[in-house]
Amino acid sequence: MVRNRVLLVLLLAGLLAAPSLAFLTLAPNRLVSGAPISLGAALHGEALILLLPAVLLALGVFLPQRRALHALTAAAAAGFLLLLVRLAGSEAALLAQTAPPVARISLGGAFWVLLIIAALALSDALRRLAVPAPAGVLLGAVVVGALGLLLLSGALDSLAIVREYAARRTAFAAAILRHAAMVALALLPTVLLGLPLGVLARRREALAAWLFPLLNVVQTIPSIALFGVLLAPLSGLAGHFPALARFGIGGVGVLPAVIALILYALLPVTRNTSEGLAGVSPAALEAGRGLGMTPRQLLWRVELPLALPVILSGLRIAALQTIGLAAVAALIGAGGLGAIMFQGLFADALDLVLLGVLPIILMALAANVLFDLGLGRLRRLRR
Amino acid sequence: MIEFEHVTKRYGASAVVENLSLAVAGGEFCVIIGTSGAGKSTALKMINQLVSPSEGRVRVNGEDVRLAPPAALRRRIGYVIQSIGLFPHWTVARNIGAVPELIGWSKRRIRARAAELLTLLKLAPDAFLDRYPHELSVGQQQRVGIARALAADQDILLMDEPFGALDPITREALQAEIAEIQRASRKTVVFVTHDMDEALRLGSRIAVMDRGRLVQAATPLELLTAPASDFVRDLVGRDDLGVKLLGLATVASRLRAGVPAPGEPIAAGASLRRALSRMVAEGRDRLGVVDGDGRPLGAIHLADLLRR
Repeated sequence: MVRNRVLLVLLLAGLLAAPSLAFLTLAPNRLVSGAPISLGAALHGEALILLLPAVLLALGVFLPQRRALHALTAAAAAGFLLLLVRLAGSEAALLAQTAPPVARISLGGAFWVLLIIAALALSDALRRLAVPAPAGVLLGAVVVGALGLLLLSGALDSLAIVREYAARRTAFAAAILRHAAMVALALLPTVLLGLPLGVLARRREALAAWLFPLLNVVQTIPSIALFGVLLAPLSGLAGHFPALARFGIGGVGVLPAVIALILYALLPVTRNTSEGLAGVSPAALEAGRGLGMTPRQLLWRVELPLALPVILSGLRIAALQTIGLAAVAALIGAGGLGAIMFQGLFADALDLVLLGVLPIILMALAANVLFDLGLGRLRRLRR
Repeated sequence: MIEFEHVTKRYGASAVVENLSLAVAGGEFCVIIGTSGAGKSTALKMINQLVSPSEGRVRVNGEDVRLAPPAALRRRIGYVIQSIGLFPHWTVARNIGAVPELIGWSKRRIRARAAELLTLLKLAPDAFLDRYPHELSVGQQQRVGIARALAADQDILLMDEPFGALDPITREALQAEIAEIQRASRKTVVFVTHDMDEALRLGSRIAVMDRGRLVQAATPLELLTAPASDFVRDLVGRDDLGVKLLGLATVASRLRAGVPAPGEPIAAGASLRRALSRMVAEGRDRLGVVDGDGRPLGAIHLADLLRR
């Protein structure tokens, strides 16, 4: 008798992916595509312990759904996730003993599918447990921390992605910082500009009539094209005033990238600010005016606080979009994690691509969680 | 003291209020009544400058309202609306304290005032001060809305169909309370409604508006006995005119002092309409009359109801 359909679907997907996709791939060098190694081949000796959490997860599908079972399922999912990563590391180390030094042992499709399934099973179990959001975030941080410890312990050193990381340790750290700096440099002016613009657009229809279509058009321009459009005027500017170039103002580099990111992020922030204000109850507005609030007092005391949830969702969209788009900025020499990603793409080194992409995904997830916490807090205060 | 002097408000070509002249004396409870679209709400909003007249002048305490900064003017005038409009992100205490906060009262004084007003409006301060509006029933919300309008103890109170969205029982209770508050504080109240019973019950004077024009401004008794036009007559209602007249006077005004009467007595403060209703329902032609503490005062007979 099936009692947890979500878990059943996840398990079936896992059972389908595990035998049909490669768990690891072993390539003699970077240029040759690798030979697949299945999960079955990797499951031997003490690695068989991976089956224990898998069986526990299967029990979770059929047993009566109680809190204790959900807690067990959560623990099993977290255990499966960590054991899976450890197995990939230990199997890679085993393969590396017999393979030539230039051989590349990469993570295969089955690994990624099972990893995602374990993460989904974990979050579903936490949802069923009705764990409060901050505690859920803490548990997630514990799992990520355990993965970090696994990485630091050297257990994963034979994997190609870790090797790529080891070879560019300093460049990688610099890329993360550069990426985060670009996001911050773009988001701060976006907020400072977008909030007042959104308020103004709500007040003056004439402004809204051309501002939003313009920002919408900007959104439809592909990012590379927008970088290109900015290249000409900015390099012209730097050509006319060589002094500017010394401050890093030119057609390529961080400045045009940040300008483009701001142009993209303005739409969600401005539009949501304007829409949030439009959604404020007319009764509260009439009461505020009738009681004697000046337009400014009405804005700060009534309109903005009531529009805040909508404004924050706009900021969330802007933040996630900027974190992703900043990767493309590497194409005009802005650096960041995109630089690592493109380096990998051009060299046909998938592990290097992943090394650039994984931190971007983690950054986006972290930003998303932060906004979730903020919005959740807001809702609890209000409702 | 509120004066409308030949006030007209136009939106485009159509006049919503046309050549309105009306003076509301200090301490008066003035009800503006009319069908929807009569311009009564627009007239009210011209007092606190939420609407500006196209022509003419509105004066509050002798001063043209257009000369004062709108925000400062409105803080001196209490305002209650049908849609209540409590600020959903503020507690009851902060909602009530909205105007005192704007004019710089201390936190402690605001909270004490909020508690005092909640008590006046029959909500327990301890239970309600820190609640949020969405946790309250609509009736409780409008009590808070009234408390908010009274917070800074303004001399003037504007009420725009404040009880229109309430159920009959809550409406009646709040009518009694606002009447009592006005009696005790001698505030000048301008009250907009389309409900004639409400107008007769509350108003010391009733201004009838029809399509932007003032048709008649008179005491409830004058309105019932000498309607200025067929429109007023219809608005008052032809069928139950007599019953409405009885509603304007109390049992005390027709008391036969010292005369005993059997059966369940009626309070001296009750309306004659209520006395008639009791007599009809109980099949009796006389009722004993008692004062507020239940002491017998005398009796009232059916024939007394016909005395003018």
